[in-house]
Amino acid sequence: MSELTLTVMRLGFLAVLWLFVIVAVQVIRSDLFGTRVTARGSRRGGDGRPAQRAAQQATPPPQRQQQSGGRRGAGRAESRGRRGAPTKLVISEGTLTGTTVALQGQTITLGRAHDSTIVLDDDYASSRHARIYPDRDGRWIVEDLGSTNGTYLDRTRLTTPTPIPLGAPIRIGKTVIELRK
Amino acid sequence: MSAISPMPNTNTTTVSTAGQPSRRNTELLLLAFAVILPCFAYANVGLALDGEMPSGMLGYGMGLGLLAGVGHLVVRKFAPYADPLLLPLATVLNGLGLVIIWRLDQSKRFQKVATFAPAATNQLLFSALGIALFVALIIFLKDHRVLQRYTYISMALSLVLLIAPMFFPSVNGARIWIKIPGLGTIQPGEFAKIVLAVFFAGYLMVKRDALALASRRFMGIYLPRGRDLGPILAVWAFSILILVFETDLGTSLLFFGMFVVMLYVATERTSWIVFGLLMSAAGAVGVASFETHVQQRVQAWLDPMGEFLLSKKGIWGHSEQSMQALWAFGSGGVSGTGWGQGHSDLIGFAANSDFILATIGEELGLAGLMAVLLIYGLIVERGVRTSLAARDPFGKLLAIGLSGAFAIQVFVVAGGVTGLIPLTGMTMPFIAQGGSSVIANWALIAILMKISDAARRPAPAPVTNPDAEMTQVVRP
Repeated sequence: MSELTLTVMRLGFLAVLWLFVIVAVQVIRSDLFGTRVTARGSRRGGDGRPAQRAAQQATPPPQRQQQSGGRRGAGRAESRGRRGAPTKLVISEGTLTGTTVALQGQTITLGRAHDSTIVLDDDYASSRHARIYPDRDGRWIVEDLGSTNGTYLDRTRLTTPTPIPLGAPIRIGKTVIELRK
Repeated sequence: MSAISPMPNTNTTTVSTAGQPSRRNTELLLLAFAVILPCFAYANVGLALDGEMPSGMLGYGMGLGLLAGVGHLVVRKFAPYADPLLLPLATVLNGLGLVIIWRLDQSKRFQKVATFAPAATNQLLFSALGIALFVALIIFLKDHRVLQRYTYISMALSLVLLIAPMFFPSVNGARIWIKIPGLGTIQPGEFAKIVLAVFFAGYLMVKRDALALASRRFMGIYLPRGRDLGPILAVWAFSILILVFETDLGTSLLFFGMFVVMLYVATERTSWIVFGLLMSAAGAVGVASFETHVQQRVQAWLDPMGEFLLSKKGIWGHSEQSMQALWAFGSGGVSGTGWGQGHSDLIGFAANSDFILATIGEELGLAGLMAVLLIYGLIVERGVRTSLAARDPFGKLLAIGLSGAFAIQVFVVAGGVTGLIPLTGMTMPFIAQGGSSVIANWALIAILMKISDAARRPAPAPVTNPDAEMTQVVRP
């Protein structure tokens, strides 16, 4: 083997090894920031600032970040579908702060039980505490499932299944949940 | 804001998004890359050493490809939403490890030694066993939360795994192996790592409120109450016992470190880290004051050259390896000597297990070593990301515990070989020669992938709860 071939092979391998690392990081990049979304008609690049980022940094001021995010998205959301339909559920206080769940017509169960959609780790929550589901008209309804300490919509304790206004806080123990666009 | 997208089914919320891409094709692509890379390295070694393509090329390439392919197909079927990076990253490390072990098998110096036995074939066999365990876990572990039921059984099992090696003779000064006649040796500490993570996760999930809330604030940090120090003291005492009786700094550091990481994550109290660091420092210094094995390791760390000279004079109990490893890194430079052209086989004993990083450092140089460490870093990052995305506290803690243990292990080995901390006998996950290590780490990756699958999976269909129906109020 000539010296040249060996050098080329050596550098070639390092290049391929680094290419692998870079490709792997690229995969994470799109995992972290989401695939770039293009609005219908006009391309809007660069606004892929992620919900994730906001959620990850959710320690002290999560509220502001997420709300600003929500407002930015609101304009586009209204241009399609029904006006004012929430698209995600955000936990804004409690141990799970920053968690978001997409609302796609599925029922969301809340409680300490391990098979709940959102497993609440809250001393004041019952194992099957409440559920959130869409009714036939597509409105989102919150229903208390006979919990010990109750589910509160804003300040009132729920007794019947109640439609959730956008942005109204649902309180379960120390956890606060909101529906956002 | 990309969370609001024109198509109803795409979004980038953190948790549980219906219609999130499963990313299995990304995984397949990366996996193909991860198989080709070691094959390239393998061809490289053959060309450099003999001037021709190595004869076993097809066999090893196919073997690795087959293992990776089976792993991928099973993930596609049973964990479709799992993280796309973990499997390719583990595969590339395992493949590179195989190549390095094979390359060291080719060393003329080793082949002269009477007890020489090629290790690469065995390692491929162990990798196959590891993937088999990976596949079994992906298929049969339906939900990681099942593990929560076995919290206290895991504790008992991990105690057995950790204590068992004390009854077997020590190998090179450390008692971390169990010898089964006819089958070879097992390093139970590698498996104990996973079982302990299950126990800690289950335990801390229940106790974390007591540990987090009952505390006084003093000088900016929260001081826990005396009685809440119980668990950390127990784990600390236990890891000190391991250090004394098994004379293995690495294992005890790994378990204590993992507990402190999980305690910190569970309670969000910085004070636990402060306590943990103080306690481990006190413990290590205390034990080092009377344990000669530990003293030797510290001596070799502070003065590798002195050890080297003493060892060359033939004085028993001194090791020339630390200095040789440093020379290997030095002669590698930035871009390395190239595959098969280094002389890391001079390290002799343990060149393909504890000191395998020295071979990477010499033949691939700083550039290659950094890439390999980055791959480890990416695995840890995916683990932490999985933990962030997990919807249940147990999954969160388990994921952070497993990735924390993985990170600590990489740090302890890499730090030991490069002379940052005293050397301890642990294995570099996936790369180093050793059956227990490869098998256990594949199991670790399988559990992380199951958790990430559960985290990224679209929300499950609601369970119809008869009680709920009874309390339901008639809707208008």
